[in-house]
Amino acid sequence: MDSTLLRAAILVVLMIGFIGTWIWAWSRKRKPEFDRAARMPLEEDAVRTDRRGADED
Amino acid sequence: MTYNDRVVRQFTVATVLWGIVGMLVGVLIAAQLWIPALNFDIPWLTYSRLRPLHTNAVIFAFGGCALFATSLYVVQRTCHVRLISDKLAAFVFWGWQLVIVSAAVTLPLGITQSKEYAELEWPIDILIAVVWVAYAVLFLGTIAKRRVSHIYVANWFYAAFIITIALLHIVNNLSIPVSLWKSYPIYTGAVDGMVQWWYGHNAVGFFLTAGFLGMMYYYVPKQAERPVYSYRLSIVHFWALISIYMWAGPHHLQYTSLPDWLQSLGMVFSLILLAPSWGGMINGLMTLSGAWHKLRTDPILKFMIVALSFYGMSTFEGPMMSIKTVNALSHYTDWTIGHVHSGALGWVAMMTIGSLYCMIPRLVGKKEMHSVSAIDLHFWISTIGVVLYIASMWIAGVMQGLMWRAFNEDGTLTYTFIETIAATKPYYAIRLLGGILFTAGMFVMAWNCWRTMAGAKPVEVEAAPPANWDTPAEGAQA
Repeated sequence: MDSTLLRAAILVVLMIGFIGTWIWAWSRKRKPEFDRAARMPLEEDAVRTDRRGADED
Repeated sequence: MTYNDRVVRQFTVATVLWGIVGMLVGVLIAAQLWIPALNFDIPWLTYSRLRPLHTNAVIFAFGGCALFATSLYVVQRTCHVRLISDKLAAFVFWGWQLVIVSAAVTLPLGITQSKEYAELEWPIDILIAVVWVAYAVLFLGTIAKRRVSHIYVANWFYAAFIITIALLHIVNNLSIPVSLWKSYPIYTGAVDGMVQWWYGHNAVGFFLTAGFLGMMYYYVPKQAERPVYSYRLSIVHFWALISIYMWAGPHHLQYTSLPDWLQSLGMVFSLILLAPSWGGMINGLMTLSGAWHKLRTDPILKFMIVALSFYGMSTFEGPMMSIKTVNALSHYTDWTIGHVHSGALGWVAMMTIGSLYCMIPRLVGKKEMHSVSAIDLHFWISTIGVVLYIASMWIAGVMQGLMWRAFNEDGTLTYTFIETIAATKPYYAIRLLGGILFTAGMFVMAWNCWRTMAGAKPVEVEAAPPANWDTPAEGAQA
C-alpha cells in the first residue's frame, strides 16, 4: 500500500473514531447512567469509628 | 468492609512535607539566580545540582504523593470497595518514599543521567518502575474488583496517567549501565532528544494534567456540592486529550536538529490540544457555576476556581508558545519558566491544595479544617505569589528574547549575553519574592493540617454498598 493511501486511511479511521465517540457519549440511551455518574462524588461516606480494624474484606 | 484510608493519610502528610522541601529548594535556587554567591562555593549546593532536585521534588514527591493520596481515596469511594491489598498499598507508600530519599541524596552528589525530569540513575529508575507497577496493580486491581458497574471518569484519568507514566518512564530510561551510578542511554543524537521530549512533554500531559484532571473531577463536584456539569463532555475530552498529548513533544525541540516536518507536527498537535484542554477547564468551571455564592465563604472553592483558571490560561499559552515564530522568541528564555510555573503552581499545586483541604477533614472524621481563615490566608498568599512569579518571568523572558535577537546595522549583536543577565536581575528578585510567598503559604497549610490531624483518631469508613446500575434498556453489565 502506498503511503498516501495509508495516511488517508488512518485519517478516516481516526475521524470515524472521534465522531463515533461523540455519538456514543451523546446517545439518549446513556443519559440516565451518565446523570447518575455525574453525582458520584456527592455520595457521602458512612463513617464508623467504633470497631477499628475488626472488619474483614 | 471499610476503606483503606491509612495509605491515603500517609501520602497526604507526605504531600505537604515534600511540598515544603521541594519549594524551599526552589526558593534557594531562585535566590542563587539573583545572588550567585549563595551557592557558598559548596558543590552540593550549586544551581546545576539543586535545580533537578527542585523539579524532581515538586513534581514527583509533592505532585506524586498528592496523586497517590487522591487516586487511592477516589478509587475506593467511586468503586465502593477497599483497595485490593493493604500490604501492596504500604509497599507503594514506602517504596515511593525510598525513591524520593534516593533522589534527594544522589542529585546533590552530582549523580545524574542529564535527562530533564529523568535525571535519576538506573538503580533508582528500576526501583521507580517496580513501585509504579505495584501502584498500577493496586489501582487497576481495585477497579477490577469494583462493586459499581460504572467506572467513574476520574478513574479513567487516573488510570491513563498510571499506564502512560509506566510506558514513558521505562522507554525513556532504557540505558546501558557502566557502573553502579553511571549509565548511557541506548538512544543517540536527535533520536535521544526526541525520546526525551516525548517523555518530557507527556510527563506534563499525563502526570501533571491527566492525573490532576482526575483529581478535579472528584474534588470540585464534591466541594461545590454540584454534579459534574457535562459527563458526556468529560468522556469526549478524555479520549481527545490522551490521543493528542502523545504527539506534542517535538515542540520542545523547535529549530534544533530534529527533522523539520517533525517540528511542524509537534506544533500542529500542540495547537489542537487547546480544544480538549479547554474541554476540561470549561467542564470544571461550569460545575462551579451555580455555586458562585459559595466563593464568598469557601476558600477551598477559591483555590479550585483559580486552579482551573490557571489551567485554562497555561493550556492557551502552551499552544501559542509552540508556534514556531513565537517559539523563536520564547525558547531558552525565562518566559518558559513563567509558563511552567503558571501550570505547576497555578494549576497543579492549587488544585492539590484545594483537594487536600477538602479531603483531610474527612480522613479524620471532622467537618472542616481546624482554621478556615488560615485557608483563606493561604489562598491569598499563594495567589499573590503566583502572580508575582509569573508576571516577572514573562517580562524577563520577552526582554531576554528581544535583546538576544537585536542586531546592529553592521550585523553584530547589540547586547552581550552578560548585559541580558544584568537586565534580568531585578525580575529574579521579584520571582524570588513570589516563590517565598508561595512557600510561606505551604507552612500555613502544614500548621493547619497539624492542628486538624494531630491527635485525631483515624476513622474507619464503612464502604458503600454494591450498586448495580443496570438499566432496563442496557441489560446486564460486568
